[in-house]
Amino acid sequence: MNDLIYLVPLFPLIGFLINGLFRKPLSKSAISVIGSGVILLSFIVSIILFFDVKEHGGTIVNYYNIINVEGFKIPFAFQIDQLSIIFLLIITGVGFLIHLYSTSYMHEESTDHFGRYFSYLNLFVFSMLLLVMGANYVIMFIGWEGVGLCSYLLIGYWFKNDSYNYAAKKAFVMNRIGDVGFLLAIFWILKDFGTANYTEVFAKASTLPVSDATAITLLLFVGAVGKSAQIPLYTWLPDAMAGPTPVSALIHAATMVTAGIYMIARSNVLYSLSHISQDVVAIIGLATAILAATIALYQNDIKKVLAYSTVSQLGFMFLALGVGAYTTGVFHVMTHAFFKALLFLGAGSVIHAMGGEQDITKMGGLSKKLPVTSWTFIIGVLAISGFPFTSGFISKDEILMATYAYSPLLFWFAVFAAILTAIYMFRLMMLVFFGGFRGTHEQAHHLHESPSALLIPLIVLAVLSLIGGFIQLPEVYGGHDFLNQFLAPVVPAVTHEGAEVATKDYYMLGGTIVGLIIIFAATRKFFAVSQFEGRYTGFKKILADKWYIDELYDTIIVKPLNSLAGFLKSVVEKSGIDAVVNGTGRFVNYSSRQIRLLQSGQVGNYILFMVLSITVLFLVFWNQEIIVQFLQKIF
Amino acid sequence: MPIQYYIALASCLFCIGVVGVLTRRNAIIIFMCIELMLNAANLLLVAFSKMEYATAIANKTNLTAGTDAQLFVFFIMVVAAAEVSVGLAIIVMMYRNIHSVDVNFLNRLKH
Repeated sequence: MNDLIYLVPLFPLIGFLINGLFRKPLSKSAISVIGSGVILLSFIVSIILFFDVKEHGGTIVNYYNIINVEGFKIPFAFQIDQLSIIFLLIITGVGFLIHLYSTSYMHEESTDHFGRYFSYLNLFVFSMLLLVMGANYVIMFIGWEGVGLCSYLLIGYWFKNDSYNYAAKKAFVMNRIGDVGFLLAIFWILKDFGTANYTEVFAKASTLPVSDATAITLLLFVGAVGKSAQIPLYTWLPDAMAGPTPVSALIHAATMVTAGIYMIARSNVLYSLSHISQDVVAIIGLATAILAATIALYQNDIKKVLAYSTVSQLGFMFLALGVGAYTTGVFHVMTHAFFKALLFLGAGSVIHAMGGEQDITKMGGLSKKLPVTSWTFIIGVLAISGFPFTSGFISKDEILMATYAYSPLLFWFAVFAAILTAIYMFRLMMLVFFGGFRGTHEQAHHLHESPSALLIPLIVLAVLSLIGGFIQLPEVYGGHDFLNQFLAPVVPAVTHEGAEVATKDYYMLGGTIVGLIIIFAATRKFFAVSQFEGRYTGFKKILADKWYIDELYDTIIVKPLNSLAGFLKSVVEKSGIDAVVNGTGRFVNYSSRQIRLLQSGQVGNYILFMVLSITVLFLVFWNQEIIVQFLQKIF
Repeated sequence: MPIQYYIALASCLFCIGVVGVLTRRNAIIIFMCIELMLNAANLLLVAFSKMEYATAIANKTNLTAGTDAQLFVFFIMVVAAAEVSVGLAIIVMMYRNIHSVDVNFLNRLKH
């Protein structure tokens, strides 16, 4: 099996190189086959590795030492254990479906841009695989940076539009801010442990003083905040919707943004040492979940609603990690990948049918013309809202139970966020798929169901959203708690302490009933809405305008930085440095002109200079010691 | 006589010679000034030689002190003579060509 491990990232790398270098001579179908085929191959290898890990446990494969100095080694090594194989399956599986979807969604592009798209997607999958397969924090960081880069490249894919470029820059810069924290954490780990390898770090972790553990984990969390869009570094994710919809599905729903979750789940040993960091993670996760959910309630762009929904669900995942339920966090990553990718791809199908329109005030009643899209979208909405026995229900309930065991106060806030989730998702679904059509006549005529390449991934993901939760069905319902047991060697299992089975039952039942009531109420409000302006006043406007956080960042950070840069450019650079450099040149010119006048061609002048020079030499020679002492005093 | 008088005299002679070389236009006058500089140096050497002999006599030591400087004076005179002969030969050639001994005429180094 060790021989197969390197194939998993190798295939996407080959796809990236071929599609990137040969995109002009290749045809679109060749590019599609290569681009999607390599991911399929990686997926097949991942399945083989999964069965191997299930039987034999994890392995570490060392290739060569990147840094190899006296006593300090950083190897390029892959660690395939239970945690990374789950992520591998998610990345390659959902990634393959999205590649398949993209072959049809992006077919209007010209061939070399089409090839560029697929090469960037493959590079992204390669970097993400590096991230989850790395055996130490340095390899993870390499993948971390790679996915940040690909996110930038793909958000700014339609580079001729300035605002998309701005959004791509924003995403990259905010990522980098988080990366500073991650780097500092890596340096601290290297200083404390002398190595960055997971096995060695976690074996020695208990020897750390709590202050060090707190600092390291908080710095790691800063990295996660940047990558996974938590408060305060989340504003890039809604703007990242400028990229093509499959990109939003893959990168900003299923995979890249979950890198932070992976990192924290992987470092669970360190986090268990420090209660302060766990509290911080949980509270920031919960706050983000609520904040993003409130903003999503009043957004009018399909993709923006889904983007804020992603931020909110990531907040849930961080909440799970913060209260110590690491497997639940990973489980929610998995189910979220299914239903969020489904929702984004469904939104893409809707946008495709509407001829590029993304504003839900212009949609409505699409379920008649787009049956498959609407059914799969409805399944996705049910999953995310926690309709009983969908995958989202099981994972979200586990998170809520774990939160309740940790702190009942946080539990009620989390329930509030879950209720908001149901409300805004059902609002979205009702406004898009039911009611009267609010668009123009040309759009009405253009409405058609999407081609099968767009629909097959939707159907597969819908099935997974429905049944995917059953791998972690709690024993209460007769399930096997499989994921918990599977991940147990790497991630501590969630033990459901502090809450008896009966209490859990009542809460789940109560939660389900309340949820259904909310759903019913939302349906009544938004069903058969034929008039929907989408303009809001008062408090709703504050929510629709995203709590003015972007404007706040603009005033506090962006504008001062810009004026500082302008000052440096016009004053320091132009008047300062340029003046010095140009002045040196001018000075040399001037002095050479003056010195040239010495060559007068008159012998008498030359004799005069000779005499003067000899006089000076004589004086220096006479006063040698004094001059040497004087020079020594200066220097 | 104290040695400072000799030093002062020799310095004055030397400076007059230098100024003469720099300032005069007639080539033969310039030669005279060069001779003046050389003789100033001779004067200084002889004076110092006598000073050394006088201190040696006073301490009743070496009776042949100070002869090195007198030897050097002879060398300087020989060199002066040789140089004058060569220099005057050049001036004669110059006069034959341009019928004047004005050195300012020779500012050809620039063109």
